[in-house]
Amino acid sequence: MKQFFLALLRSNRALPGYRLSLITTLLWAGLLIVLPLSTLLVRPWQDGVAAMLTALRDGRMFAALWTSFSCAATAAACNLPFGLMLAWALVRGQLPGRHVANALIDLPLALPTAVSGITLATLYSPNGWLGAPLSRLGILVSYNRLGIVVALMFVGLPFMVRAIEPVLRDLPHELEEAAQLLGAKPWQVFTRVIVAPLLPALVTGFGLAFARGIGEYGSVIFIAGNQPFRSEIAPLLIVVRLQEFDYAGATAIALILLVASLLVLLLVGMMRKRLALWSERA
Amino acid sequence: MSIEVSALERFAPGRRKPLLSKVSLDVPDSAFVALVGPSGAGKTTLLRAIAGLDPYQGGTVSLDGQVMKDVSARAGQVGFVFQNYALFPHMTAARNIAFGLDILPAARRPTRERINERVRELLELMQIPDLGGAYPARLSGGQRQRVALARALATGPRVLLLDEPFGALDPIVRRSIRSWLRDLHDRLGLTTILVTHDQEEALDVADRIVVMQDGQIVQDASPVALDRSPATEFVMEFLGEAVSFPGDVRSGRMVPHDPLVQPFAVPETVVDGSAVAMIRPYEIQLVPAQPGQEALLKAAPRGARNGYRHYVLNSAGHSIPFFLPQDGVDHALEGAALDVSRARLFRDGLACL
Repeated sequence: MKQFFLALLRSNRALPGYRLSLITTLLWAGLLIVLPLSTLLVRPWQDGVAAMLTALRDGRMFAALWTSFSCAATAAACNLPFGLMLAWALVRGQLPGRHVANALIDLPLALPTAVSGITLATLYSPNGWLGAPLSRLGILVSYNRLGIVVALMFVGLPFMVRAIEPVLRDLPHELEEAAQLLGAKPWQVFTRVIVAPLLPALVTGFGLAFARGIGEYGSVIFIAGNQPFRSEIAPLLIVVRLQEFDYAGATAIALILLVASLLVLLLVGMMRKRLALWSERA
Repeated sequence: MSIEVSALERFAPGRRKPLLSKVSLDVPDSAFVALVGPSGAGKTTLLRAIAGLDPYQGGTVSLDGQVMKDVSARAGQVGFVFQNYALFPHMTAARNIAFGLDILPAARRPTRERINERVRELLELMQIPDLGGAYPARLSGGQRQRVALARALATGPRVLLLDEPFGALDPIVRRSIRSWLRDLHDRLGLTTILVTHDQEEALDVADRIVVMQDGQIVQDASPVALDRSPATEFVMEFLGEAVSFPGDVRSGRMVPHDPLVQPFAVPETVVDGSAVAMIRPYEIQLVPAQPGQEALLKAAPRGARNGYRHYVLNSAGHSIPFFLPQDGVDHALEGAALDVSRARLFRDGLACL
């Protein structure tokens, strides 16, 4: 730490403008990231510890958090095979129109989340195009947790595909041929030579899609039904608490969401690093 | 294990020109064959077809008389080393080598101890006994190549196919690994086909050279025969530096157009007509001027390499390189004429015999 500040003060650097650019970067990152996050850490305790503890003993809040986390994890997990298949088709398949498909994959990122939410809700509502035949089969998608998962899969897919695609593109096609010539069956080629080196990328994709899923609001609330204790997500509960002027309750949820997300992302990062030991060069 | 390729044909999708046009090749047991040719000649295409990695539209590939259908038929019998080595990046060198054994069904798979022992043996054989635990990203080019070779040999194949295996190595490693590979081939009794664009490498290591051009085999001969009687002008030029002298064959004598090049006798079987004499620079002789004769040819020294002193002389507007055995003298030479009687004759690109 001391050395870091000393380096900041020293001016005899080979890189021109080193100090200027470092200060700018730190200031920028501080204002845009560290300040809001630290506010989020401090604000909950301003109404007193007692108010905070009361807010933390809220069953509805835990139900909402559980809904958010479990649905985000399920959606990210479901996106693993789909994302892998899509990335595979984009990289290896010589399909016509793959450039259009390539552009379409990023669309959920650009679309206003409310638009995708309303679209999904319309499609999957009991009399919608997809909802009607599904409800005849006894599968109710909208207005329950399944709907949340569907919405989160929609917004999470681009993260998965974009995490896998570059790594898959870098894997030489000869790996599969080498495995075949050594006698590997198609499923052995798939699991041992394709999926295994992609594991770090799959974990990254999972982490990104999961993190996005926890925070997702707009696309979920239209399809979720938002019944407390059943299909209410944590971000929505924050809005509800704010409308009730229950700031302690709102910030309590935000704090838990923040800490939990941070822990999950740390875990994902550690797992990724462990899985990618082999890629470190000498 | 012998390899017979007969009338192999392969077309690129959407193109009329074949990648391989009716290629036939017989490789007897324990032969070391080099496939050479310029890029795009179809060497790698032929090698991949032999391995069953690419589909072909006509012809057959047989191993020991058995016609091979697809890759799975050849699995474990054919070792293939890819140009980029294709090592599995997420496995250690040892697990890479063990791959072919690890994936066997439980009934045929050796025990863990047996597999580890086999890996140790192969690492020993490749002269990299300590690298079993290293990941490919940490290995040098030469080490990666040895791991790739060990992986290809782990299942005990009798056929070894190598696609430009020395391409990415530096010259010193290249030379040492070349002779080591030849030694390995002899010791394990393998049948090896090596693809290379470096003719010197091929001449050095193989006992048979197959020259390819435009998806066809142009000549298939031993290095000595290839050097003595190349089948086409292309083979002559591909195998090393060559100088050509156009001229006419008249009643058993080749008369070059260049008046400073001496006419020479040719075999009686060569009919009269225009021809090209091609010769290696070290086979050209400078004829010294007789007393009273004017020395019209002046050769400038260009340094010495590999026991030969290099000279360049200018005649009729173009420069002709020629080499003389190194004798310690480094001065300009003069002469009256060039003796190219050791040249090979070609007509319309083909050798005249």
